[in-house]
Amino acid sequence: MPAPQEQKTIEQIRRSRNRALGLSLAAFVVLVFFISIVKMG
Amino acid sequence: MTPTNSIPAANAAPADWRDLIALTKPRVMSLVIFTGLCGLLAAPESIHPVLGFTAILCIAMGAGGAAALNQWWEADIDAGMKRTAKRPLPQGRLDRTTARDFAGILCAASVFLMGFAISWLAAAILAISIVYYAVIYTIWLKPRTPQNIVIGGGAGAFPPLIGWIAATGHISTMPVVLFAIIFFWTPPHFWALALFVKTEYAKVGIPMMPVVAGERSTRRQILAYAVLLLPLSALPWWLPGKEHAGAIYGVSALALSTVFLALSIRVGLRTRSGDDDAMKPEKQLFAYSVLYLFALFAALVVDRYIPL
Repeated sequence: MPAPQEQKTIEQIRRSRNRALGLSLAAFVVLVFFISIVKMG
Repeated sequence: MTPTNSIPAANAAPADWRDLIALTKPRVMSLVIFTGLCGLLAAPESIHPVLGFTAILCIAMGAGGAAALNQWWEADIDAGMKRTAKRPLPQGRLDRTTARDFAGILCAASVFLMGFAISWLAAAILAISIVYYAVIYTIWLKPRTPQNIVIGGGAGAFPPLIGWIAATGHISTMPVVLFAIIFFWTPPHFWALALFVKTEYAKVGIPMMPVVAGERSTRRQILAYAVLLLPLSALPWWLPGKEHAGAIYGVSALALSTVFLALSIRVGLRTRSGDDDAMKPEKQLFAYSVLYLFALFAALVVDRYIPL
């Protein structure tokens, strides 16, 4: 069982990583949308 | 050679996204992105900005994935060298499985996105460049032969070729010449570095040219490649037809390559004064070689849009 301080650090890292992953996926969806628009045009 | 576990075990904390970014070797990637972008912009046919952005993104993701595979494979070697010991894997900030999976996802995503959005020819060349760097160079050549960087240099030469194919849809003479310029630029660039970190390469058993053939031979070979680079860099000026580069590129290439040759002569004909030698000419050549490639490719793009 990690110490409370260590647990807090783990939570922070996990949260920032999840945010980065979420932003990357959102950017990917937007990119695919624009690619589709260009390909259809 | 296979990955072993002589590096510290990764801590229990999940991987920080900054460590994942560090795995992609962002500084090396900047040169890859730049040369890829120049290949795309210098092509005689234009590409829609969204598709152009996507092509460069794919080149960056592919290069990042290949760099991450390189770090995953070489974590033990990196741990033994001062220059690379602070990377996430040798420091134990990241576990190997995460690094391998991240690299695999980046490589696969880059190839499929390139194929889906741009062309399957560009995607195939991108896939070849990833395999070339991660397997042929990192796993096969680097630990076996002092010519590793000569043949492996091809891996870094692919981006302008891919950028050009993304814009035009086919391979022609000019992108092959651009490939050749980076191919012949790589040995003097890398051996200049290898000369001043020679002891580190020797310590981890990597047969870099200065370790195996000695400094004298390496210096002479740096000079030979710099001599070859001078006419080769000016070759786009003499190409016929639509691919012909103009005077802005031609004069820039000759001026930049002449300075490159002058610095290489200084390194090539030099005899080290002893172990306390600061290796200033070698460090200058290494620093200039990076600037050289940036400036040469920038001149190609400027020339394309401001023809004289």
